[in-house]
Amino acid sequence: MKKRVISLASITMASLLWACQATSEEVNLYSARKEALIKPLLEEFTQSTGIKVNIISSKADALLKRIQSEGKNSPADVLLTTDAGRLHRAKNAGIFSVIRSEVIDQNIPEQYKDSDSQWVGLSVRARPIMVTKSAPSITLSTYEDLANPELNGQICIRSSSNIYNQSLVASLLAVSDEELIEQWAKGLVANMARSPQGGDRDQIRAAAVGQCSVVVANTYYLANMLSNAEKETDFAAGSSVTVIWPNQEGRGTHVNISGAGILKTAPNADNAKRLIEFLASDKAQEIYANVNFEYPVKAGISLHPILQKWGSFKADTLDMDKLGTNNASAVKLMDRAGWK
Amino acid sequence: MRFSNISWQLSSLSIASLIAFPLLALLWISFDASQGIWRHLADTVLLDYVLTSVWLMLGVAVSTFALGVGAAYLVTHYEFTGKGIFTWALLLPLAVPTYITAYSYTGLLDVAGPLQSQLRTTFNVSYGQYWFPEIRSLGGAIFVMSFVLYPYVYLLARAAFVEQSSSFRNAAQLLGLSQHQAFFKVTLPIARPAIVAGISLALMETLADYGAVSYFGLSTFTTGIFRTWYGLDSVAGAAQLALILLGFVIVLMTIEKQSRKRARYQSSKTHSPFEPEKLSKGKNALVFSFALIPLLFGFIVPMSQLVIWALSTYDTLFTAEFWQLVSNTLTLASLTAIIALILALVVAYAYRLTATTTTQLSKTVVGLGYAVPGTVIAVGTLVPLAFLDNTIDDWFRTHVGISTGLILSGTLTALVIAYLVRFLAVALSSVESGLSTISPNIDQAARSLGRTPANTVRTIHMPMLRSSLLTALIIVFVDVMKELPATLILRPFNFNTLAVRAYELASDERLMDASFASIFIVLAGLIPVIFLTKASLKQTH
Repeated sequence: MKKRVISLASITMASLLWACQATSEEVNLYSARKEALIKPLLEEFTQSTGIKVNIISSKADALLKRIQSEGKNSPADVLLTTDAGRLHRAKNAGIFSVIRSEVIDQNIPEQYKDSDSQWVGLSVRARPIMVTKSAPSITLSTYEDLANPELNGQICIRSSSNIYNQSLVASLLAVSDEELIEQWAKGLVANMARSPQGGDRDQIRAAAVGQCSVVVANTYYLANMLSNAEKETDFAAGSSVTVIWPNQEGRGTHVNISGAGILKTAPNADNAKRLIEFLASDKAQEIYANVNFEYPVKAGISLHPILQKWGSFKADTLDMDKLGTNNASAVKLMDRAGWK
Repeated sequence: MRFSNISWQLSSLSIASLIAFPLLALLWISFDASQGIWRHLADTVLLDYVLTSVWLMLGVAVSTFALGVGAAYLVTHYEFTGKGIFTWALLLPLAVPTYITAYSYTGLLDVAGPLQSQLRTTFNVSYGQYWFPEIRSLGGAIFVMSFVLYPYVYLLARAAFVEQSSSFRNAAQLLGLSQHQAFFKVTLPIARPAIVAGISLALMETLADYGAVSYFGLSTFTTGIFRTWYGLDSVAGAAQLALILLGFVIVLMTIEKQSRKRARYQSSKTHSPFEPEKLSKGKNALVFSFALIPLLFGFIVPMSQLVIWALSTYDTLFTAEFWQLVSNTLTLASLTAIIALILALVVAYAYRLTATTTTQLSKTVVGLGYAVPGTVIAVGTLVPLAFLDNTIDDWFRTHVGISTGLILSGTLTALVIAYLVRFLAVALSSVESGLSTISPNIDQAARSLGRTPANTVRTIHMPMLRSSLLTALIIVFVDVMKELPATLILRPFNFNTLAVRAYELASDERLMDASFASIFIVLAGLIPVIFLTKASLKQTH
């Protein structure tokens, strides 16, 4: 046993020493995106630049806390998140540095960038309404319509603990009165077919078997279900709904972004910049669109055929920061409305 | 001799301080301004958090008692077909992470799952025209957790039944009690400390669970903590909720202690193990089916679902990288299990040696961590360790001129500490319940023959406690292997475990792809479980 402890201890020490050895040709990534999802992108980056990417994937808030605790000795170069609210939070925590890059200025529209250039959006995630094809006569054209009493017992939507629902409500709060939105949320809760549970795909699946006829979900989940005809039940479930782009007459469909920022304390700041520039390049944007089924931030990238079929849509141009600033109020409002 | 007592006390105290550090950090964080969050919680969701958690705990307590004690009774009292296999196989559900079992039951029983779909096509009905239990509900959570967590009760109850001398039972039967009466009046009360310890472990695990309850959409304390942190952006509010959770644990521990106080039975172990009863054919079938129930719902059903999923995806996931995951996972789990066992022995024995305020306090502190969600412990570990790292770094920069960087918080050290904070309680609980069955007369005899306390532990207690010690090792090992939230936050670069991999895929709603890693967690856990159970059996035969 003693021998074993010693050998384990030496493994620990070795990995410790190895971790201390910083070579210049690497970049350290703290990622709130799952490793499997960004792996193709990072491998492409390493292949074209020779820069090795070290990664820790976890929840955004946990990573932020880790960066804050590690302070000036943090090894992290880049923080990658899956929503604008967290980028805003990280910026507020004062951990980001200003990104100066012509490539990024050229490739990414103002709408998806921080006003002080502390973070950049890398992909757009749309959250429209989906309706079952078999549903007889559902007329829906806005998020506001989700509270209409005629949809009683028809809506499937996931928990309000989910960031995409929080962002959606935050975007509503940005354009309307809090009281009105609370009434709206209460109406929506009354229309729910079941207590919120499961993920976005589960809502689509439930709609397919007739538990509800209206779903709110991110498009890449639906696209993923439709992309794999071998998984028959999911393919069938995905095929049973159509996408309705809400609020096309008004402010547009709610979108969120995944994005990244470079840390003030980054030991490999140059490589970090190169990584973000790469993620904003045509090649990476195509991977976002065709492998992950998200909408690219850069204009002129061809979409996956599944996405093309849904047609183009008008996206809400609300300042992304608002999703962050309104997040806590949105959660409180949903608590009051009884949205679990 | 007095000197050595003091050194035991000091060791116990320093172990407790290691565990207390992250919890104190939590207290520190909770003092931050929380901007009226508390008021909001009390007005809206707090009652729901408390009630759901309480109902969940009650349900799990009753069902794990029935399943765990029932199973332990069957394998210790009867000779039936497959008993040898059941003895260790009944532990298997423990090797499956709760959230994975929850995922696979949901996949099976959900409205869109194969079972309900089959029902609809067979009977030509549509949704809403038939009744079917909702798996994603409080009842569903109690079901899933009970079948995953009953092995804690089974393990400790079985050890207690086995370590009991049969002379008590023989005496009871001589005095005219039937076998069943003897069980309820003698065997069960003697095993009570172990059973209560097992149930409280199951309950603490229930309190700390996040994966399963959040997937089921339940509002428990844990989901509330994360909602407050992530959603309301209030770390202080989340820390305050976590402290209330600690309050729950202290109540639980007090109940456990009270129950032990009233029941101090020790056998002096003049070994005459009990002879299990041989059964008629009919009874044999009956006992067999009863023993199968926990195994079926805790392991066979969810695993079959995973295997079916895995068969359709294995070629895409089976890579060399996988062995790295397996080796990372096993290394961490065995390292932590061994350290935890040693520390638990020190703390438990220091208390046995001298029941002072110091040793009592140490014991209590060590017990606290188990019910705290891994993420909370991770943050509690991270904050002070990073602070220490930066302080050391500053000192070296000014005095030696070199930067030491993050020597603790960015490495596996942080991870092992977090695991110890969370799981030392389990090891302690098992060691303690074992120690409580050894009469102090034995200690006194050994000491009067000139043995030191350390020597007594090594040569007398450890061999007698073999079964309990191995139990402690198994539980910590398996727990670490399944551990997710703390691993997710504290791990070094490019370091993944099987649980991390399974979770990342499952939480991306790719249950099928996650199944392969999940099966590996179970397989990797299987080997030590079988090995250690066999070893612990050897001693008792």
